[in-house]
Amino acid sequence: MIVSCRNVSKVFDDRVVVDELDLDVPAGQCFGLLGPNGAGKTTTLKMIYGVTRPTSGTVHVFGEDVSRDPRSVRKRLGVTLQENALIEVLSSVDNLRVFGRYHLLSEAEIEARVDSLLDFLDLRSHATLPVQALSGGYKRRLSIALSLMNDPELLILDEPTTGLDPAVRLSLWSRVGELRARGKTVLLTTHYMDEAERLCDRLAILSEGRVLVDGAPKQLILSHLARDAVELDQDPSRHAALLGALHDVKSLRGGRRLIFYGDDGPALLDATRRAGADHEGLHLRPTNLEDVFLSLTGTGLEGGA
Amino acid sequence: MRVSPRHALSVWKRNFALYRRTWKMNLLPNFFEPILYLVSMGIGVGAYIQEMGGTSYIAFLAPGLVAVAAMNGASFEVTYNAYVRMNFEKTYESMLTTPIQPEDVLAGEILWAMTRSTIYGGCFLLVVAAMGLVPPLRALVAFPIVPLTGLLFAAIGIAFSLRIPSIDLFSFYFTLFLMPLFLFSDVFFPLQERLTGVWLQVAELLPLLHPVRLMRTAFAGELGPMVAWDLAYVALLSMLLLWAAARVTRRRLTQ
Repeated sequence: MIVSCRNVSKVFDDRVVVDELDLDVPAGQCFGLLGPNGAGKTTTLKMIYGVTRPTSGTVHVFGEDVSRDPRSVRKRLGVTLQENALIEVLSSVDNLRVFGRYHLLSEAEIEARVDSLLDFLDLRSHATLPVQALSGGYKRRLSIALSLMNDPELLILDEPTTGLDPAVRLSLWSRVGELRARGKTVLLTTHYMDEAERLCDRLAILSEGRVLVDGAPKQLILSHLARDAVELDQDPSRHAALLGALHDVKSLRGGRRLIFYGDDGPALLDATRRAGADHEGLHLRPTNLEDVFLSLTGTGLEGGA
Repeated sequence: MRVSPRHALSVWKRNFALYRRTWKMNLLPNFFEPILYLVSMGIGVGAYIQEMGGTSYIAFLAPGLVAVAAMNGASFEVTYNAYVRMNFEKTYESMLTTPIQPEDVLAGEILWAMTRSTIYGGCFLLVVAAMGLVPPLRALVAFPIVPLTGLLFAAIGIAFSLRIPSIDLFSFYFTLFLMPLFLFSDVFFPLQERLTGVWLQVAELLPLLHPVRLMRTAFAGELGPMVAWDLAYVALLSMLLLWAAARVTRRRLTQ
């Protein structure tokens, strides 16, 4: 395991932010931490890279106890923070150089790394302009480049694509894929379920500082819900009748939306129609991670059977 | 955790890289400030003063203003700049994702504030020497007092910055702390001659008084027993404040 958290808790004053959390990130995989705002994702990451000490429990990274020697652990990992922390009046190249010095790289090593990262994250076009003049997507790519200056074995990304346009997100996803192909381990947090489903080999869903479930995305979908989902848009006053008629089917409701889950989609669709659902707005789709997330965390939706 | 000098130096290099881009804008106003005082007070007011402390008024002002330039050079760095880096720009947060530790951040920042202090104090010392207000050899002896003054005011400033809840409070620091120090620390008139009794002892608490007196001693080329007390004051207060600042820095940056 690259990262292994055992029984980790973090208490700020009287607030329990992380609660007896267990987490294992295997080598060479992309691992996702999901959870509603305030679930303890960022605090968990901070304990993993050793800037925050757990109140109790242990965190091992690369087999080393992080709190014993954070310097030697951080030498081998890179972190992209949720908020970009760039030197706005300096160019991308100078920002990268400054970061290389934090890692005590030699000037020759720094130049070589800068050169390869300018290509890897597609930064070369504006490499010598002050960062303040650049777009949000460019700055995010630069932030990720900074965290790769030391060629880390483990890359930690805290909400890497929040607020970015679809094209930038796609290109970042493919970079993460390339890093994984080179044998790096990636640990990321995200609020985008499509991102998690697409990128992560494994993921854990956190709520109130605890791991609710973890596993491969597909396996989580199958074990918690089912392969297919029938979604309908229906006046809430009619939900009770439908839920009654399909009482043995897993479901989820919120507002006008009512979703039924089953392994045989067409049959489920027929059953829903027979139960008297409006044909308008009724549709069959594959179950996705968002369904699992909402059924587990209940955010904004009341959980069904 | 102990300071790693190489990591502290990388923090210093970060600030230096930024300074290299902006030094022209920064250097000029800071450079002219003490010169303006020297000209206005020394030549303007000095015309009405026969002598002060045994010399011309302009020669009396010169050593104190060198210490003030050193004080100001360090102060901006560890107040507004450090506060912004810590609370708004998330600079320290990003440093701590690398092998840099909180103590390295603090050491690098203090070293940088001393550097700025040395640039401003040193430049002004050169001007003063060029004007013939201090012989070159004595200016050389006076020079190490510049970074020492920088250390003291870097320590005082960072201790303040680490404790305040809002950036607005720096106006108190500058107007109600540094400004009175500037006016009442032996720079413009011989403080010891204007005070009597217990006030003489109270005045010894003023942090700027000691660098000013050290500078005056170096300019005059007369070594007295007071030098040991002044040096001890600067060294002990700096160490005490930095030791406390290291603890607060670790707590603030690792929570």
